[in-house]
Amino acid sequence: MSAPFDLNDDSVVVIVGSGAGGGTLGTELALKGIKVVILEAGQRHNMEDFVNNEWESFSQLAWTDMRTTSGSWRVHKNFPNLPAWIVKAVGGSSVHWAGASLRFQEHEFKTRTTYGDIDGANLLDWPITLAELEPWYAKAEDRMGVTRTNGIPGLPGNNNFKVFEAGAKKIGYQEVSTGRMAINSEPRADRGSCQQIGFCFQGCKSGAKWSTLIAEIPRGEATGNLEVRPQSMVQKIEHDASGKVTGVVYVDKDGKTQRQKARIVAVAGNSIESPRLLLNSASNMFPDGLANSSGQVGRNYMRHMTGSVYGIFEKPVHMYRGTTMAGIVRDEARNDTKRGFAGGYEMETLSLGVPFMAAFLDPGGWGRSFTSAMDGYVNMAGLWIVGEDMPQETNRVTLNTDVKDQYGLPVANVHFDDHPNDVAMRNHAYSRGAAIYDSVGAVRTFPTPPYPSTHNLGTNRMSEKARDGVVNKHGQTHDIPNLFISDGSQFTTGGAENPTLTIVALALRQADFIAGEMSRKTI
Amino acid sequence: MPTLIDRRGPSRRAVLAGLGAAGALMVSGAAVLNPREAWGLEVTALKPETMRTLIVMARDVYPHDRIPDRFYAIAMKPYEADAAKDPALKALVEDGVVTLDTLSKAKYGAAYADLGWEDQRVAVLREIEDSAFFQKVRGGLVVGLYNQEEVWPIFGYEGASADKGGYIDRGFNDIAWL
Repeated sequence: MSAPFDLNDDSVVVIVGSGAGGGTLGTELALKGIKVVILEAGQRHNMEDFVNNEWESFSQLAWTDMRTTSGSWRVHKNFPNLPAWIVKAVGGSSVHWAGASLRFQEHEFKTRTTYGDIDGANLLDWPITLAELEPWYAKAEDRMGVTRTNGIPGLPGNNNFKVFEAGAKKIGYQEVSTGRMAINSEPRADRGSCQQIGFCFQGCKSGAKWSTLIAEIPRGEATGNLEVRPQSMVQKIEHDASGKVTGVVYVDKDGKTQRQKARIVAVAGNSIESPRLLLNSASNMFPDGLANSSGQVGRNYMRHMTGSVYGIFEKPVHMYRGTTMAGIVRDEARNDTKRGFAGGYEMETLSLGVPFMAAFLDPGGWGRSFTSAMDGYVNMAGLWIVGEDMPQETNRVTLNTDVKDQYGLPVANVHFDDHPNDVAMRNHAYSRGAAIYDSVGAVRTFPTPPYPSTHNLGTNRMSEKARDGVVNKHGQTHDIPNLFISDGSQFTTGGAENPTLTIVALALRQADFIAGEMSRKTI
Repeated sequence: MPTLIDRRGPSRRAVLAGLGAAGALMVSGAAVLNPREAWGLEVTALKPETMRTLIVMARDVYPHDRIPDRFYAIAMKPYEADAAKDPALKALVEDGVVTLDTLSKAKYGAAYADLGWEDQRVAVLREIEDSAFFQKVRGGLVVGLYNQEEVWPIFGYEGASADKGGYIDRGFNDIAWL
C-alpha cells in the first residue's frame, strides 16, 4: 500500500531517484517509520514488461535525455550524446546492472595514503574505512542475497564462464569463480532462482536478480510510509534564508510543475544528474550551485577503467546463453605497482547480443576486418575489465548552457580524458584478457574500447574536510545539513569493484544516520 | 518489417543488362530488382539507381557473404521513406551517390556499383568515410542490418529466451570441446 503524501507536507524526506542508492535509502527509511517521497524521472515498468531485445529494451529503459560530451575519450567521438548507458525508470540502473556485488579492498578507502601523490590525480582518502563499512556490507549482502555470502551457493557457470575459467586457470590465476552475484542461485526472499535467460542488462524477467524495483521499493511501499512518483523530473532544490533546503520543484507526469516540501532532501540521480541538479539549483545565496563551497561539485568524474576482450574460437561458445556476467578473475585486483600502474582491476565475463556487438565491438568500424569478427559471433567468448581510474579535477560534469533539455534547463556536459595510469592499466588488462583466451586456443582476440559509462562515480565526493569535497562520511553535504547525496557520486575514489554493493551499503548506513539525526531533531 | 515487393522476375534483357558488377541487383523502371532472390523494391523519392548503389554500398560496408541482398535492401529501405519527407536527407543521399560515382569513375573508370571488385569499391569508400553521407549510411546500417531478427540465426544468435524458459535446460553450459 503506497501512501500519497501532500505536496505541502514538510515532514517528509524527499529522495530524487529510485536506483540502488535512492531506492534502498527510501525503503530503509520507510521501514524505520519515516515518511518518504521518491521522485523518479522515469516510468514504472513491471518485470514482465522487460524485453529480451537489446535495442527495444534500450528504448524502454535507457536514459536518453540530451547530454553532451567533450574530451579525448572515444565515447565522445562515437557516442557524443550518450556518455552513459544508465536507466531512466523506477529502480534506476539497478534494473539493468549485471549483479556483481564486491566489497572494496581496504587500501581502496585510502588511496592518497597508499598510492601517494600521482601527478594529475586528485586522490583523497575516504573519510571512512573498510572496517567501518563492513557491518553495512554484511547487511547489504544479506538483503541483496549475494551468492557466496550468507551460505548462498554460487551460480552455475555458463559456456562463456567455462572458456574464461579454463583460460584463466591455465595461465595461473587462482581467484576464479562465478563470483558474488545479487542473483538468486536458489529461491530466496520471495524471488525465484536464475533461469539462465541472459539479457541481465535488459531487466531480469524472472525476478532472480536484485533490483530496487522488485526487491526494495515494494517492501517500502507496504509500510505505508513510502510513495514513489514516477515520471517526476526534479528541476531544482529550494532553500530558505537560513540556507536549509525546503523542498524541490519538479515536473510531473502530466507536464505540470509541482513543488514538494521536505524536511530533508537526498539526491540520488546518478553521477551525471546529481551534480547537474545541484548546479541547476544555484541561487543568490549559493551562486555556484548548492553544496558547492569547495568547487568540487561535478569534478572528479570517474567511470572506471574499462574495456572488453572478445576471443573467437574454432568451435561454438554461445556466450549469450545464461547470466551475462557469469564469472570473475580477481587476481589482478590487488595494488601492485610492479605492473606499471597504481590500483587494480577485475576481469568479469560479459556477452552482448548481435545487435549490441555490432554497435560496440569497434564503434565506427566497417569492412571485412569488422564483419569477419561478427561472422565469428557464435564462437566468441567475452570479458569485461573494470578497474580503478584516477580521479581528476578536470574530468567533470558541467552545465552546457548552449543546449537545453525538454524542460528548458541546461543539459549536463561530461568531459573525460584518460589518466596515464588508466591507459597503462587498460593495456595491461587487454594483454592479460587476450592471454586468457589465447591459452585455450583463441583464433583471434579483440581489445574492445570502453562502452558508454555504466559506472558513473565521484562527482559529489565524500571528504573529511569541507574544502576537499561535497559530502561528509554520512553523505550529508558539508554546506547544508538537511541535504544528502545517496548515490555513487559520493565515492571519493572508485575502487576496482563494481560499485552497486558499496552504494547500497552506504545507503543503509545513511538511513541509520538520518533516522538518528531526525529523532535527535538535529535536522 | 519493411515490405519488399515480390515480382515474377524480370525480362531476359533486364537480366543481361544486370550482369554488371552489382551482382544480381538491377534497375527496372522505378524499382531495384534482385531476380535471384525474387524481390523488388520500388522507389519514388530516390532514384532507383541511387537505391541500387545504396544496397551495394551497404554490403561493402558490412560484407557478410552468408547474408542475402534482401537484408541489406531492408536496411536501406528507410532512406526512401525518409527522403520523401526530408529534402535535406534526400539531397545528402543523392549527392553522396553522385560523389561516390564521380570518385569511382576518376579512379577506376566506372560508376561505383559497376566496379567488379570489392577492393576497388572499398578504396572509393575509404575516400569518403568521414563524410556526412557515409556516416549517415553506416550509422543507420549498423542498427538496420544487425537488428533484423531474421539475420540473427546466420550469426548463431538465438534472440529472446525468457519466453522459452531461458537456457537453464537448453544448453547454457553445454560446451564440450574445452
